[in-house]
Amino acid sequence: MSDKKNVSLKTNRAWCKGCGICVAFCPVKILELKKDKIHVTDIEKCIKCGLCELRCPDFAIYLEEEENAQ
Amino acid sequence: MAVASKLIENNFRMNRLPHIWCPGCGHGIIMRGIAEAIENLGYDKQKVCIISGIGCSSRAPGYMDFNTLHTTHGRALAFATGVKLANPELKVIVISGDGDATAIGGNHLIHAARRNIDITTIIFNNNIYGMTGGQYSPTTPHGELGTTAPYGNVDNVFDICRLAEGAGATYVARGTVYHAKQLEKNIENALENKGFSVVEGISICPTYYGRKNRKGNAAEMMINLKDTTLDKKVAAKLPPEKTEGKLIIGEFVNKIQPEFCEEYHKVVDKFTKED
Amino acid sequence: MPSKNVKLMQGNEACVEGALAAGMKFFAGYPITPSTEIAEISAQRLPRVGGKFIQMEDEIAGMAATIGGSLAGLKSMTATSGPGFSLKQENIGYAMLTEIPCVIVDVQRGGPSTGLPTAPSQSDVMQAKWGTHGDHPVIALTPSSIRETYDLTIQAFNFAEKYRTPVFLMLDEIIGHMREKIEIPDPSEIEIFDRVTPDESEKESYKAYDNNLEVPKMAAFGEGFRFHVTGLMHDEFGFPKNDTTVTEVLMSRIMGKIENNLDDIILYDEYYTEDMDLLILSYGGTVRSVLSAAREAQRAGKKVGVFKVKTLWPFPEKRITELSKTVNKILVAEMNLGQYFYEVDRVAGKNCEVSLLGKANGEPITPTEVRNKIEEVL
Repeated sequence: MSDKKNVSLKTNRAWCKGCGICVAFCPVKILELKKDKIHVTDIEKCIKCGLCELRCPDFAIYLEEEENAQ
Repeated sequence: MAVASKLIENNFRMNRLPHIWCPGCGHGIIMRGIAEAIENLGYDKQKVCIISGIGCSSRAPGYMDFNTLHTTHGRALAFATGVKLANPELKVIVISGDGDATAIGGNHLIHAARRNIDITTIIFNNNIYGMTGGQYSPTTPHGELGTTAPYGNVDNVFDICRLAEGAGATYVARGTVYHAKQLEKNIENALENKGFSVVEGISICPTYYGRKNRKGNAAEMMINLKDTTLDKKVAAKLPPEKTEGKLIIGEFVNKIQPEFCEEYHKVVDKFTKED
Repeated sequence: MPSKNVKLMQGNEACVEGALAAGMKFFAGYPITPSTEIAEISAQRLPRVGGKFIQMEDEIAGMAATIGGSLAGLKSMTATSGPGFSLKQENIGYAMLTEIPCVIVDVQRGGPSTGLPTAPSQSDVMQAKWGTHGDHPVIALTPSSIRETYDLTIQAFNFAEKYRTPVFLMLDEIIGHMREKIEIPDPSEIEIFDRVTPDESEKESYKAYDNNLEVPKMAAFGEGFRFHVTGLMHDEFGFPKNDTTVTEVLMSRIMGKIENNLDDIILYDEYYTEDMDLLILSYGGTVRSVLSAAREAQRAGKKVGVFKVKTLWPFPEKRITELSKTVNKILVAEMNLGQYFYEVDRVAGKNCEVSLLGKANGEPITPTEVRNKIEEVL
């Protein structure tokens, strides 16, 4: 796994099908569905655990390495 | 700008995504797990061949950036046997469903296991025929509903893992899409086994199985997987009354036995090495 | 002068020898009378040439593994008889749509169902054409001697590789089990065709189903092309497309690659056809009785010609139409109750009278029966 400091949470609303799995299992409850698509309510509280990515059937939420984002 | 993780970009045909599976279908979780297992093991993608039959699960190879073959219903293992024997250098993976692998393809499953041919089979078990609209399958529990079991299923279920073990598979494990990380580890171990491996991945089908049997939404079905399963190691320490009715997950078989292609090549070598 | 390679050989054995001469390196099958010797001899010979043999769990799997072997780059064959041919049809259709070169040998026996396992028949002729669902291109060859079995097996592989399609080799129990003297040709005299493969430079742009080519190039799994193959209608890259235009283009190409090359594919022999009152059309083991009776008729001054079909499908429509205009009567002799007969009648019936000498009781059609029929018809 990547060093948690160097990753940030990303979403791809185009691929999100609004199943709600990530919302249900987010340990810090910062995910919600907005118009049936994934929405991060408070990115500052994200603990970068990756559980959302692991269980998203649609690859629509993930932790991205910072270097890659630049 | 990136639209997906590196794992997805490295292992999937990005122009084929998003996939066709329904909202909340667990299949994407297993498909991602397969990709991660391949990446963790560092396999050369040119030498990985992913083969499937027909059904929801069998659409997976079309999304995955390897040598991919979407065959006929139930026959993936028979095609895979041909590919593997013809070129044993290939890492051959079969993706199948509960109906595809154990009903129409049941004969191929047990014989591939008997041969111990080096193929890793991942069975996406969602307890229903999803592609055709929710008919009962060999893993639909007794009494549950399907469109062809409108008064409750009178059939009994296959225990896929015990079936595979009995037929001779040298690696057998069961995991669920809730326990995604463990499932991924099972897939890794299966890929590393030189022989026939079966990983039963318990998936969820909120659209047909879930709706028909009032199992709730996708998240509720995931929680249900947590509540109704027990890890093999944990179960071993519990009294029988505490494990009753629970589905046991974990590794059931992991052993070394002579592999089919290697055995066949010993025969070929007898003639070709004499020259 | 090199000494001649002359052997006494069974038809099924000649089939394997021909296949090996053509470059067969993979065989997957399931035991079934009267084709089993093809599997047995392949099991014996293939490992000796670095090839692979596997006996699968059923006929369906035998066909599937054969396709798998071909996709991995090896020239592949399977063999069966009527009941197994029925079971194989699903994956035969798969091979036709996905354009996988391979050879399927059907040593025909009496049917339907389990029928007459050890008796000859030619009753799978229409199954070869229409056995699998959907429209599809078909090449089916049928030999009438042991040497022809050897030659047409090579030809079957060559057509399979050249046109990227499964090819049927239709033997009958007479030919499969008959023994005859055969002179094996020197390898230098044998023309071998290998599938056209893409080269390294095409790795990124490779189209497994390039519609600009009549027969797209075929890569093998594991060579770095990472392509997709599906039994769904597909685009040029092999990915599923539920689209009428894509389907139409694909279907017209796979039908066209055969229909546009009829002169290359259609093989037949003619005997005494320059001046005739009666033409007998026949094929496979039955032709032997027909030729015997025709020679006798010729000696007796009767103008009886013979058209020996070697390519059953595609149907030799052009030549049969031409001949039907030069003759009053055509007799079709076949070991079934009229299968090829209807096809001949369809094209020749408007020009001359077409009748059938058919038999499906497990016995071959004898020269005497042909002679009697000649007398009846003439």
